Amino acid sequence: MITVSINGEPRQFLQALSIAALIEEMGLTGKRIALERNGEIAPRSSFATQQLADGDKLEIVVAVGGG
Amino acid sequence: MNDKLIIAGKSYNSRLLVGTGKYKDFTETRAALDASGAEIVTVAIRRTNLGQNANEPNLLDSVPMSKFTYLPNTAGCYTADDAVRTLRLARELLDGHSLVKLEVLGDPQSLYPNVIETIAAAKTLVAEGFQVMVYTSDDPIVAKQLEDIGCVAVMPLASLIGSGMGILNPWNLQLIMERLQVPVIVDAGVGTASDAAIAMELGCAGVLMNTAIAGAQNPVLMASAMKKGVEAGREAYLAGRMPKKLYSASPSSPTAGIIGSVRS
Repeated sequence: MITVSINGEPRQFLQALSIAALIEEMGLTGKRIALERNGEIAPRSSFATQQLADGDKLEIVVAVGGG
Repeated sequence: MNDKLIIAGKSYNSRLLVGTGKYKDFTETRAALDASGAEIVTVAIRRTNLGQNANEPNLLDSVPMSKFTYLPNTAGCYTADDAVRTLRLARELLDGHSLVKLEVLGDPQSLYPNVIETIAAAKTLVAEGFQVMVYTSDDPIVAKQLEDIGCVAVMPLASLIGSGMGILNPWNLQLIMERLQVPVIVDAGVGTASDAAIAMELGCAGVLMNTAIAGAQNPVLMASAMKKGVEAGREAYLAGRMPKKLYSASPSSPTAGIIGSVRS
């Protein structure tokens, strides 16, 4: 069991998983998003290979209307 | 008339830059953008909704990046660190797009810029290859420092964000324009079309606004008015206004040949 903070909310997963698997699980596959892991940008090209670890802090963002 | 706005080597026909926030829906957003003629549009970067709204409408569908130049902003950031992280995410999100709007705010009541944090963030972002258009106060010394750091446009406020109070200190804006080579764009405070025209008549390179359009009773019509205000102000600036003659009138019609006058 690992706990990962996603956009400030703790989420538990039964086992370690890749960023790509997490994105699929959250229904975000194919969406235009950007992801920061522990303060560093995780490039989209690395989603399949980066394995999440217990205690990771993720920020997942999109573009919204703003001035 | 060949009068382009050039930012970081790229030229734009419109000198009106607009935000995409506070509209009723994305259809209204797009209609207002089209009426404004704006080519550069600001967007915010926010956490994605973790709920199950898989098919909720998306800004990118209504305001496609193929038609508009996105200017991701750091609205809501109060530290240089948060602003830098936000724009790194924006660059990743928008496929390496490096033109950004930096704003670091001082407090939530005034939304007045924190220029110390702004300068710190600008240094980091320029070093990382971002093309930084920077929101700042109307302090001419700070504006010059931001240019020296390498910002591609300096964007002083005309009055507080979302206040619609208009151009409160034209003298400071002029001091900034006298000192800077990069485009000076009024960002924030414009309330109506005449405000936009005044900014342009002062010699500003452009005007950036959001609430003045989105907060109007009819946003699409106001967007059209703003387009005309910016164009009218720009043309008046280029034309060069007549000098003001205090307390001395000058008739527009010939003074000779008036009936009933005595010929000398």
